[in-house]
Amino acid sequence: MLNFIARRMLRALLTLAICVTAVFVVLRLAGDPTDMLLPDDTPPEVKADYRERWGIDRPIAEQYARFLLAVTRGDLGVSFADGRSAVIVVAEAIPNTLLLAAAALCLALIIGIPLGMLAALKHNSALDRIVMSIAVLGFSIPTFFFGILLILLFALTLRWLPSSGTDTWWHLVMPTLTLAAGLLGKIARFTRTAMLEALGQSFVRTARAKGVPRLPVLLRHVFPNAAVPLLMFLGIETGLLFAGAAVTETIFAWPGVGRLLVSSAGARDLAVIQTAILFVAAVIIVSNLAVDIIHALIDPRVDVLGAEGRPS
Amino acid sequence: MSAAEPLAGAAVAGGARSRFSGGMPLSIRLALGFLLLMVVVSLLAPVIAPYDFATQNLARRLRPPVFWGGEWAYVLGTDHLGRDILSRLIYGIRTSIAIALAGTLIGAAIGTVLGYVAARRRGWLDDVIMMMVDVQAALPAFFIAIAFIALVGSNLLIFVVLVSLEGWERYTRLVRGLVISEQAALYVRAVKALGATAHRVNLRHVLPNIAASLVVQMTITFPWVILLETTLSFLGLGVQPPGTSLGQMLGAGRNYLLQAWWIAVCPGLVIFLTTLSVSLFGDWLRDRLDPTLDGAA
Repeated sequence: MLNFIARRMLRALLTLAICVTAVFVVLRLAGDPTDMLLPDDTPPEVKADYRERWGIDRPIAEQYARFLLAVTRGDLGVSFADGRSAVIVVAEAIPNTLLLAAAALCLALIIGIPLGMLAALKHNSALDRIVMSIAVLGFSIPTFFFGILLILLFALTLRWLPSSGTDTWWHLVMPTLTLAAGLLGKIARFTRTAMLEALGQSFVRTARAKGVPRLPVLLRHVFPNAAVPLLMFLGIETGLLFAGAAVTETIFAWPGVGRLLVSSAGARDLAVIQTAILFVAAVIIVSNLAVDIIHALIDPRVDVLGAEGRPS
Repeated sequence: MSAAEPLAGAAVAGGARSRFSGGMPLSIRLALGFLLLMVVVSLLAPVIAPYDFATQNLARRLRPPVFWGGEWAYVLGTDHLGRDILSRLIYGIRTSIAIALAGTLIGAAIGTVLGYVAARRRGWLDDVIMMMVDVQAALPAFFIAIAFIALVGSNLLIFVVLVSLEGWERYTRLVRGLVISEQAALYVRAVKALGATAHRVNLRHVLPNIAASLVVQMTITFPWVILLETTLSFLGLGVQPPGTSLGQMLGAGRNYLLQAWWIAVCPGLVIFLTTLSVSLFGDWLRDRLDPTLDGAA
């Protein structure tokens, strides 16, 4: 098991290294950042000074080595918007994003899982069809459109909720609903599929046939077996949750990493963009790693000795 | 097995298991009808749009739609620059559908070729391709696209290629897995025994056999591609003015919600109905064509 965890961690590190390299390559593809960031009428000696200070005049291999070294030291450059360290600018936004993502995830899980279970237990009933219709609507509606509809209804028409900012807990309501909608639909649907899959297993039929009552069968056999794919699914969804958060934060002026990324992209604030992207990549990779390890811990069927998932 | 379960939920009533005929539910017919309408609108945009989509008329700014007290001259009202919403919507549908279709096809082509190469060559090439698949699966195309547009800049071609990143790794995984597993199938062994080369077996026999799975996968990724395009355009990072797309219209309308909600709601509804229709139709198709795919996402 330790071997498995070590290999998974190594793979996560490798993925992260590839992401860092990709950021470096794209940055260099972008051409000379001094041309991009400094006004056109900047005197050549000032440009040369910046080129030297940022190390752009060095050979590409040395630049890459310096970049890697800087990344490992947590030095990702300076925001050109306000001259502060990009790491600090991004770090300030992280708690807001985590709060929003956690609130949306909780809401989606608390509502989505029971809905999916009900739909599976009442399979092919009217309830099932209603739940699945809601689920399909939930993940078909674009995040930005749902957010705007909420603003129209609750902020502009009814005037119940504030449309932007972070001053009170009320400010969290609409962003959470917006971000949770799509996730809720997917979770309900996925839970239903996982439950139906587990309900159809032979050991469930055996347990029922030998007279075990319905509830203990559900608790002992169905739920644990349905939980595993759901966990894997949540790991995969982390990335999309962050993508949704970027849109949601932008709509509701919620000062998180996603909004920072979008506004920095508009302003071409290179240091902040690369820091935010690397942060998002790191979170996604770590959460996938965590899901893999938890999965291996709770599911004895996982082949921890290798060759998993690769037919050969 | 989930094979017998209708995964779609909303609409798939049991009915005959014959492939297409019999029991096409009303919701699927509606969805198909809507998609057909979208395609016709895209193709005929220059003919059916009542006005030019970019002509401004400041004297007629922020007119409401006809059902909200407006006039028939501007059926869906006008925007903050006095441009006709209906005409902009028609051209926005054309742009968004074209980009999403191109993006889906490019993604499917790239993913299929890579998956095929990985399955045929194995070895280090397989490892490299699967590594790329892992990285793409870890980092959503949305972030790659934002970073690329911000750092390198964008034009229509770059934008289409970036949008096509959405979901290519799904095709690679699918094709790689299917091509490898099909090698053991009886028909492959039979054709090989008759002396066919591996290449011929794969192109003439394996690919047609997995085509259904590819089509189903395309109906799954198409809504994602539309959402990626509209989201980026909504954020001001996609289609740029004077061009128009559904997401860009919605993004521009966001600033006028109080005075003119219809600027944002009209394109939003079209995006919503399009993704909904493709999802419903895709689910239905999946049940008909390929019961082995699981119901994830």
